[in-house]
Amino acid sequence: MEHNSSQPYAPPPEGHVSHSRLERVLRSGRFAITAELNPPDSADPADVFDAAQPLGEVADAINATDASGANCHMSSIGISALLTRAGYSPVYQISCRDRNRIAIQGDVLGAAAMGVSNVLCLTGDGTGAGDQPGAKPVFDFDSISLLRTIKTMRDEGRFLSGRKITKPPHLFLGAAENPCIPPYDWRPQRLAKKIEAGAEFIQTNYIYDIPLFERFMERVRDLGLDQKVYILAGVGPLASARAARWMRSNVPGIQIPDSLIERMERAEKPGQEGKKICVELIQKIRDIAGVSGVHVMAYRKEHLVSEIIQDSGVLATRKRR
Amino acid sequence: MYRIRLFAIRHSRSFEWIYKRVEQVMVALDPLLNKIGYDRVERPIAVVEKGVKSLLFDCQMCGQCVLSSTGMSCPMNCPKQLRNGPCGGVRPGEFCEVKPEMKCVWALAWDGASRMKHGDQIASVLPPVERNLQGSSSWLRVSREKAAQLRAAREKRRTAIAEAFPDARRNEPSTAPLAEEPERAQTGEK
Repeated sequence: MEHNSSQPYAPPPEGHVSHSRLERVLRSGRFAITAELNPPDSADPADVFDAAQPLGEVADAINATDASGANCHMSSIGISALLTRAGYSPVYQISCRDRNRIAIQGDVLGAAAMGVSNVLCLTGDGTGAGDQPGAKPVFDFDSISLLRTIKTMRDEGRFLSGRKITKPPHLFLGAAENPCIPPYDWRPQRLAKKIEAGAEFIQTNYIYDIPLFERFMERVRDLGLDQKVYILAGVGPLASARAARWMRSNVPGIQIPDSLIERMERAEKPGQEGKKICVELIQKIRDIAGVSGVHVMAYRKEHLVSEIIQDSGVLATRKRR
Repeated sequence: MYRIRLFAIRHSRSFEWIYKRVEQVMVALDPLLNKIGYDRVERPIAVVEKGVKSLLFDCQMCGQCVLSSTGMSCPMNCPKQLRNGPCGGVRPGEFCEVKPEMKCVWALAWDGASRMKHGDQIASVLPPVERNLQGSSSWLRVSREKAAQLRAAREKRRTAIAEAFPDARRNEPSTAPLAEEPERAQTGEK
């Protein structure tokens, strides 16, 4: 079981850095599944529990996004705290866009005290991408200095100021990677830097371009990085050809090949086709050496996540390659 | 100026060399700067540094220059001011997510670093910017620290002697002194 706010502060199991189920699954060599929760524009906890329910059936951990795309929703720390109360294992996403180092380090302790055991360190989309483009961008940290900071808090029991933390947080540290966008040649090097800074697992952005991802993974294996970090490839069902085009031009960092969009265009039932494509992507990704799991981001299609995972057959094998 | 900045990155290796020389000169000037007082030279040197570096690199005077580790591409020009590599939003053709008319500062940085002698420094993890140093001279900060390190290294050699002869140190401190000698005492009266 994950430890939660009602349980006392306890050391993590032998060979682990946290009480995270995701960490246990990955270290035991099983194929891991994480899923992203669509954050509500509401103050009702029931909305979080309703959104989590279909994900919890298959996911080892549920990601609570931190105003992704610079759009305001319920906070990731709030969602994470609610999820731990309900017995789910959240991945608390931290973006550097909205808070400075004082706020972030405090929130990390707060989240850990609420039973959070996974964090995902992100740079964050620019404020201009969102619904309130006039907001002040903070970016006091970047994702990599944030990783190193939380690692220092956990392993050395110190804030960045050097001040001692009497009971350090037990956290499994994650970072994002985006293999399918430029500068392609430097993406594996950047991954190496994230590992050096403290990343223990990676969740990638949407992978729709398998050849590009394979090229990235080949380089990752050449550098031996797949031996140092668990990589979960990001996938998600496309809703329609129009939505895919919109995503490609409006959401930062998403690459969708024309061939996929054309396939969506030709489909009689685009929703079904999008799901089918997602299942196929998972099956292809599973066979790529060095991949430890998938991260499903089914925006407004949470109800499909369980089916997609079942259809892909990854649960049956549950082996790491 | 964007075009001069691109020029500097294209010639990153030359600028790396020039930078190294500037640093050596500044370190050599340490005794003089010490005599005048670092606080007193801070303003004028910061003004010169700002002039030179804003022309060449679009410098924003963060006070913590990292050009040698970023392919001579100043990361303060990244709209997110990232210090450790590109974000995940880079557009096709390596253009910036936030300012689509500009090339990604970090794509340029890696390009610049690939031509530099110590370009592999780009792999080291950099800390966040200390905002309270904004506007101060990075050149002075670096050279002053280097000079202090050299002094500390000299001091360490002396300490080693004192530690090797503990009795002498205790009974006859002048045979194994610890305090740093004034320049004139070292060279002797001429």
